[in-house]
Amino acid sequence: MATIIIDCKTYEVPLGKNVLETCLNLGFDVPYFCWHPGLGSVGACRQCAVKVFKDADDKKGRLVMSCMEPVVHNQHLAVHDADTIDFRKQVIEWLMTNHPHDCAVCDEGGSCHLQDMTVMTGHHERRFTFNKRTYKNQDLGPFLNHEMNRCIQCYRCVRFYKDYAGGKDLDAYASKNNVYFGRAEDGVLENEFSGNLAEICPTGVFTDKTLKEHYTRKWDLTMSPSICQHCSVGCNTIAGERYGALRMIHNRFHEKINGYFLCDRGRFGYEFVNAENRIKQPSINGDVVERTELETRLEKIMKSAKVIGIGSPRASLQSNFALKTLVGEDNFYHGVSDHEHDLAELAVRILKDGPVRTPSTKEIEKSDAIFVLGEDLTNTAPIVALAVRQAVRQDLSGEPEKIHIQGWQDAARKNLQQQRKMPLYSATIHETKLDDICTSANYATPEDIARLGFAVAHCVDHNSPAPEHFPEALQVRARSIANGLLAAKNPTIISGAGCASSAVMKAAANVAIALHKNGIVVGLTYTMLECNSMGLTMIGGHRLSAAFNAVINGHADTLILLENDLFRHGSFAEVGDFLARCKNVIVLDHTKSDSTDRASVVIPAGTFAESDGIIVNNEGRAQRFFQVYESTESIQESWRWIINIGKTLQHPKLQTWQNFEDISKAMASEEPMLQNIDEVNPAVDFRIVGQRIPREPHRFSGRTSMHAHIQVSEQKPPTDDDSPLSYTMEGTRIQPPSAMIPFYWSPGWNSVQSVAKYQHEVGGSLKDGDSGIRLLEANAASSLVYFQGIPEAFVPLEHHLWIVPTYHIFGSEEMSAKSASIQKRIPTPYLLISAVDANIYHLKEQDIIKVSIANISYSFPIKINRNIPVGMAALPYGLCDAPINALPEWGIVETSPLTELHDYVRKTKVQH
Amino acid sequence: MLRPLTSHIREDRRPLSLKEYEKLGGYEAVRKVFKSMTPQAVQQLVKDSNLRGRGGAGFSTGLKWSFVPLDAPQPKYLICNADEMEPGTFKDRLLLESAPHQLIEGMILAAFAIQADTSYVFLRWAYKDAAKAIIHAIHEASDAGYLGDNILGTDFSLHMHLHTGVGRYICGEETALLNSLEGKRATPRSKPPFPQVSGLFGKPTIVNNVETLSCLPHIVNYGADWFQKLSRTGDAGTKIYGVSGKVKRPGLWELPMGVTLRELLEDYAGGMWDGHTFRGALPGGASTDFLVEQHLDVKMDYGSVAAAGSRLGTGTVIVLDDKTSVVGFVKNLIHFFAQESCGFCTPCREGLPWIEKILHALENERGQRGDLKILEQHTRLLGPGNTFCALAPGAMEPLQSALKYFRKDFEQYIAAYATPCRSGLMNR
Repeated sequence: MATIIIDCKTYEVPLGKNVLETCLNLGFDVPYFCWHPGLGSVGACRQCAVKVFKDADDKKGRLVMSCMEPVVHNQHLAVHDADTIDFRKQVIEWLMTNHPHDCAVCDEGGSCHLQDMTVMTGHHERRFTFNKRTYKNQDLGPFLNHEMNRCIQCYRCVRFYKDYAGGKDLDAYASKNNVYFGRAEDGVLENEFSGNLAEICPTGVFTDKTLKEHYTRKWDLTMSPSICQHCSVGCNTIAGERYGALRMIHNRFHEKINGYFLCDRGRFGYEFVNAENRIKQPSINGDVVERTELETRLEKIMKSAKVIGIGSPRASLQSNFALKTLVGEDNFYHGVSDHEHDLAELAVRILKDGPVRTPSTKEIEKSDAIFVLGEDLTNTAPIVALAVRQAVRQDLSGEPEKIHIQGWQDAARKNLQQQRKMPLYSATIHETKLDDICTSANYATPEDIARLGFAVAHCVDHNSPAPEHFPEALQVRARSIANGLLAAKNPTIISGAGCASSAVMKAAANVAIALHKNGIVVGLTYTMLECNSMGLTMIGGHRLSAAFNAVINGHADTLILLENDLFRHGSFAEVGDFLARCKNVIVLDHTKSDSTDRASVVIPAGTFAESDGIIVNNEGRAQRFFQVYESTESIQESWRWIINIGKTLQHPKLQTWQNFEDISKAMASEEPMLQNIDEVNPAVDFRIVGQRIPREPHRFSGRTSMHAHIQVSEQKPPTDDDSPLSYTMEGTRIQPPSAMIPFYWSPGWNSVQSVAKYQHEVGGSLKDGDSGIRLLEANAASSLVYFQGIPEAFVPLEHHLWIVPTYHIFGSEEMSAKSASIQKRIPTPYLLISAVDANIYHLKEQDIIKVSIANISYSFPIKINRNIPVGMAALPYGLCDAPINALPEWGIVETSPLTELHDYVRKTKVQH
Repeated sequence: MLRPLTSHIREDRRPLSLKEYEKLGGYEAVRKVFKSMTPQAVQQLVKDSNLRGRGGAGFSTGLKWSFVPLDAPQPKYLICNADEMEPGTFKDRLLLESAPHQLIEGMILAAFAIQADTSYVFLRWAYKDAAKAIIHAIHEASDAGYLGDNILGTDFSLHMHLHTGVGRYICGEETALLNSLEGKRATPRSKPPFPQVSGLFGKPTIVNNVETLSCLPHIVNYGADWFQKLSRTGDAGTKIYGVSGKVKRPGLWELPMGVTLRELLEDYAGGMWDGHTFRGALPGGASTDFLVEQHLDVKMDYGSVAAAGSRLGTGTVIVLDDKTSVVGFVKNLIHFFAQESCGFCTPCREGLPWIEKILHALENERGQRGDLKILEQHTRLLGPGNTFCALAPGAMEPLQSALKYFRKDFEQYIAAYATPCRSGLMNR
């Protein structure tokens, strides 16, 4: 700790921080632009000037940039000194000489850091009377607008995009007062985290293009704390609505998960909520029906039928549990392929019973060595990939400290660090976007990835089984990976369901357990395919094939399908046959799918935006998402529909449930793994000084008029029986508990930078701590032994390709793929094969290959890849109708001669 | 009068071949150092000689070297800053074009003193003849064993490379030079850490000016005392002074440190053009404050020029005469600095163009009443520490002194032609 004096007052503050952070932590409003808690300091904007004095007798002092000035003991500082106030005001005036003052038509207006800082410094009179500089803007693709005239050259965008996120196609160009931030030429920003530019940019250069489609000012949004539904990481988001449409997704800071950043799938994938193909009315055999008719019909069906329920990895715990309760445990099935079911169960078992802890994303960021087995993280769990990148960027060599460079001195650290990286080892089926920072990147089939993993585990601990006939060259590699991991203090092993191989996941477990036995504090992360894969697995239920059998064997004749397109989880023929055999297919879902097309009864469920729920991320962290708005249509949460059905049937349990809290309590008492789940929920009657937490900012406009075209008198806002949040602008202005922060705002801080005011210290945890509860902790008394069953080495088969799934951030996830902006980024389906195989079958890039998978013939244009193993092919998940869930599977190559591209009729689910 | 740096330069300025240079005692200093001196001893010698950096800042060369951790592992770098690009400064050009071996010898000595194993000559792109001369000299020196592995059979190795810039003034700033050399944007780095501990590619690095390095062989050969005595004042050595402007004989002269401005202008530059009167001069390049009539007897050394309110800088004088518009003169300089701003920090990037626009307006008789106040504020607000590097503060030096000494020249435009409004639309 150090004693410092600011404006003649003494403070005790920690050392190792810069003066800007320290001042902000103490509550001083020091304006800044180029500094960002996630990016550190570079001293470019000169906005955060304060004065530093030699000692108490020094009355003159000198201006310093507080972001570049380390805190030292007995430091005398002035924030409110006339010279500093003048200088800070002048910096804004300089910036304004070229800024267009177009706030009224700028998307950033009302949540603009530049506006806030301008007001804060007091600059209000323009003396610059000359012409302003202008730029040409670029088309950066479907996600971001580009308006360079607004740029204040703070360099944050390139520092985030290039340095932090590893992007290659955004840069600072030219010099003097003509510096340009953009791409070398117009075109889509390629990096998967580009959307963060909209938040990192302190003004309106980069803004959300999807928001522009249905623009609303921040102050006019009804916002709720939400959880991203587009992968298993569970990033915290803020979702905003107006006039019954979801308008935008912003980052919601969670220190342990997503910090300040989201991936583009998470940020822009929300548009499916507003899509045309939403189910808005209940229907029976395709005809829209009234609610009463629906209820009568359901009662009739349910009373006479043998009902089974199929749950969903993309539905909340509440909805799944309600369905399970309705149909009974014996009749509840997990709505994922058996393969996926087994992988998820394996992950939960290893993390629950094993000795190794599963780390948070934040902990992954701090790992000093990482071994990735089988996962293309950038495409399956993007924020984990971003965390891995940060781990690799760390400089733990001790060199910076030797020459007194502190952690926040971004440029100095980079200069010293140069190419020095923390070790990252990866074994994947083909190149990944993390290869540029890999110590060693290995490309192999899932079987050989597993074998490499087992070999590494064996090198770490000889009690762990070793693969037989393991080539010496690979043994050398395994040894080097093992040595790298053994040299680390807190390595992380990352694997997951991505390459659909339990052997890979087991190999990862063996490596982690072996390191653990060596006394190393190791983490083990498994990424899953869907947002609630973990949660679904924690609720008891049977495999999907058992559901098929139940119907075939006549044990059941009626299906209730919860938020699930079964065709994504089984072969088209098999699922089609199953649905056809069911006398009644009742589907609860929010969006039309092949399954709803075949349903006799379709019930309109709410999306995450219209629902309350809890989902469990890959860390085993259960998190609550809150309804953003009540839909005006007859849409409600699946769990509420199921309670209604239960009530009609006078179901002994369901009829006692009234709201969200009741289900959660029942779940806690009945599901052994979810005992503590109720802790995730704030009590419905939670109030802050007697007040609810408002979803709307106090400047919310139009409340008395926005529904005037329907009814002139102001309507009563809906009441929320499931949470302490209100649907109005009235309520407490005190900071809510972390899980219930609907938006960030603080007096004078209208932009997203106001999150600092919600943190203990800037960049640190939220004042109320991390939200969510971890359901999976390492078992110290674990009896989990090393996994055996090492697969044989992969051997190519003549006329065959071993087809494994590969993933795309845009397209592989079901719901985001229905969003308009995401659809523009979805690649056309293809089959990735090696150059050797392409030669064997006389194929060039884009030629069509015919492959039969599970007796069905498919045609794909090929992409040729240098690194993919010979005899293997990768098929993108979710992009085409092939039974992706059955992979890996041998495909029989049916053609070899050249086939023209126009012969190919693309089978795709994606409707462009 | 001794002129160690330039006396061996031929009339036609053709560089000496290695043989010719050796015949005049070239590379003796290298042999001497390798035979009988430790790196520490070389550092001490240069400290004792009181050699101060000739690039403009005037920092003690020996002291600068002493911050390099001698025990740090290789690589370490020695860089010759030959990116001479400041308006009115052309002194290094002479040494680069005509005395490349002297420079290389100096670089070997400096590299030895800091135990650097790699060195670069960072050369201004436009110095094409210099590039040819240096490449040729590096080859000759390498062939003769003065460069490369195990120089002259010792343990010491030094590899030397020529790097030509692409014409950015900011690359003359030593940390921007490092970024440029690394292939990054040429923006300066924040100090600390200083390049001596974390410089090129994050390794200990020394950047010295051409003229500074060229002094080294002579200091080694003849000693610190001898070097001190070359000077007329406390600042040691000779200095290559230059004069440009409307004088009869503009040019360069190697003279004892501490000749007066009057001597320089009258005895060497031959006085003003007929019909032209001296009004003032920038004593050390475009980024130094004006000296005027009253300062003509100021000694041109670091201390004396500083005491007169300016800087010796590069020692190349730009003369202002009575027929040249002061506002235009300053605008021209500001235009240069605004063009050459790297665009990294706000005050420099946005402030300099604003000043340029105001000066342009003044020059075109569109001045406004508040303009001088804005200019004055800028000279204060673009001061050292407020900007990221010294470019903008340097740019303010001629402006602030012009406003001090020639205020009427600025005021006349405003008094005569002030208009109430000068918006972008109403530009006349």
